[in-house]
This record gives sequence, structure tokens and C-alpha cells, in this order.
Amino acid sequence: MSTSNIAVIGDRDSIFCFHAVGVDVYPAEKADDVKAAFDQVYEGGYAVIFITEQSAIHIEERLREAAWRPLPSIVLIPNNRGSLGYGLETLRHVVRKAVGADIMQEDE
Amino acid sequence: MLLAANPTRMHLLRLKKRLKLAIRGHKLLKDKQDELMRRFMDLVKQIQGLRQEVERDLHRAFERFTMARSVMSRASVEEALALPGKRLDVGVTTQRIMNVEVPLFEPRAEGRIYCYGFANTSGELDVSLRSLDAVLLRLLELAQTEKTIMLLADEIDRTRRRVNALEYTLIPSLKETIRFITMKLEELERSNLTRLMKIKEMAEER
Repeated sequence: MSTSNIAVIGDRDSIFCFHAVGVDVYPAEKADDVKAAFDQVYEGGYAVIFITEQSAIHIEERLREAAWRPLPSIVLIPNNRGSLGYGLETLRHVVRKAVGADIMQEDE
Repeated sequence: MLLAANPTRMHLLRLKKRLKLAIRGHKLLKDKQDELMRRFMDLVKQIQGLRQEVERDLHRAFERFTMARSVMSRASVEEALALPGKRLDVGVTTQRIMNVEVPLFEPRAEGRIYCYGFANTSGELDVSLRSLDAVLLRLLELAQTEKTIMLLADEIDRTRRRVNALEYTLIPSLKETIRFITMKLEELERSNLTRLMKIKEMAEER
């Protein structure tokens, strides 16, 4: 078997290079494609799913409910056009919910 | 809030026992919450730097890859990478932090990243793949830490709710009910006493 239990979802240009380092790649850019890819990956027994922020926007709802499951671990990554700060924002939201205060200050 | 209760001595005893238990449970949960919070803070501090670093490194790797692509045709890049020579896998084990099961990822790599002939590819491709390979391990670390933070956050939330339920609902209402029953019993005793006194008086008059 040559499949890995790590998957990447995102636009083709950004994530194609992941193919070479031994990770499964699911190119998807439009909302419906991303949804379909995510469903496939989510049920596919992957332990780690990387998803570009640009693609993640389309499935925010699904990501939020998946976040509390022990597996898979879903991580937002920037694509080749740079970060939207969405990954950090999600984290900040979680921290604020748990602690009740915003303790992650901006480091400039 | 007053609990539904018969003002009897037996019930009073039972309530007192429950109050004791509730206070002990509250203390334990509070300790658990403090410890969870401490670990959570450590992780949060750790992940902030990690995420920024990984995002920066990943961005650099993407830049290099774009550079590599610009000197080769799209078709030849895809051809070069079509059959990966490396496979990266993670072994998943779990670890318990304060009774919360969190995943531990252990990367297992096989093969090498250069899966193409060097004749038709540029040196930039090698460099970009190497930097991507390096950042991928940190990405896995990020995945693990982020998941742990999510799960701990959930547990903290739940624990806080239980602590609050005990502290602001159960314990006060138990105390109030105990007070109510004690007063009622005292009142009964007093009324009994006055009745006895009255009867004694009547008996003496006769």
C-alpha cells in the first residue's frame, strides 16, 4: 500500500508539491469540490488532515464540529499566496472560550 | 432554591451527608480545573510561536516551489512528481492528560524525496522539496499540539460548568434546605415544649 494517513486539501498549485514528500493530495478549490473532498478524507481514516485556509472557508461548519473529536487532527495551513491569519484566529477563539479571556496577545 | 424535603431528622442527616460530598467533589474538580488550565497555558504559549514559525517556513517553501515551477514547464513538474519516492506516515498513539485522551503522532518516513531524474529538473525543485520536507515534520507537531489544545479546551469548559453547577446551585440549595429543616425541627420542639408547659399548668390548676 502506498497510501499515507496524512492528507492535504487545497488548490492544486499550492499543494501539489506535497505529493513528492509522501502525503496524499486532494486538489479542490470550489466550495462543492472542497466539501466532497473533505467528506471523502474525513471518512477515509486519515489521522492528520492539512487544509489550506482558502479552502477551509467553504466548510467552516464541518470543521467546527470535527474539532472536538479526538481524531483526525485538522490543521489549517496557508497556501502559496500567503496566510489569511485564519488558523491563528481559530486558535484564539478556542482559547478565549476555554479561559474566558483573550490571552493570546499579538506579537508584532 | 429550596429542595423538596420532608422536615425530618432522617432527611436532615441525609442532606448533610450530601453536602459534605458535594463540597469534597467541588474541591476536587476545582483542583482538576486549575491543573488543566496550567497545562493549557503552557501549550498555548508553545503553539503561538510554533504556528507563526511553521507558517513562515511553509510560505518560504511554497515560494521556492513556485520559483522551481517557473523555470520548468507545468507538465514536466507534474511528471517529475507523479510517482513519489517517499511515503510519510504517522503512527498514532494516545496519551492521557488529566484523563483526557490526546493523540500522539509519530512520523514514519520511508524512501527519499528525490523521485525524479536530475536531467530534466532544475536545482530549485530539489531545494524546495527539501525545505517542504523539513517543514512537514513541524507541521505534524503543530497538528498534535493543536488537537491537544482543542481537547483540553473542551475539557476545561466542561469542568468549569460542573464546578459552577456545584458552587452556585447544588451547594447553596443544600445549605438552604438544611437550614430550613433545622429551623422547622427547632420550631416543632418549641411548640412541643409550650404545649407541655400549658398542659402542666392546666393540670396544676385542677
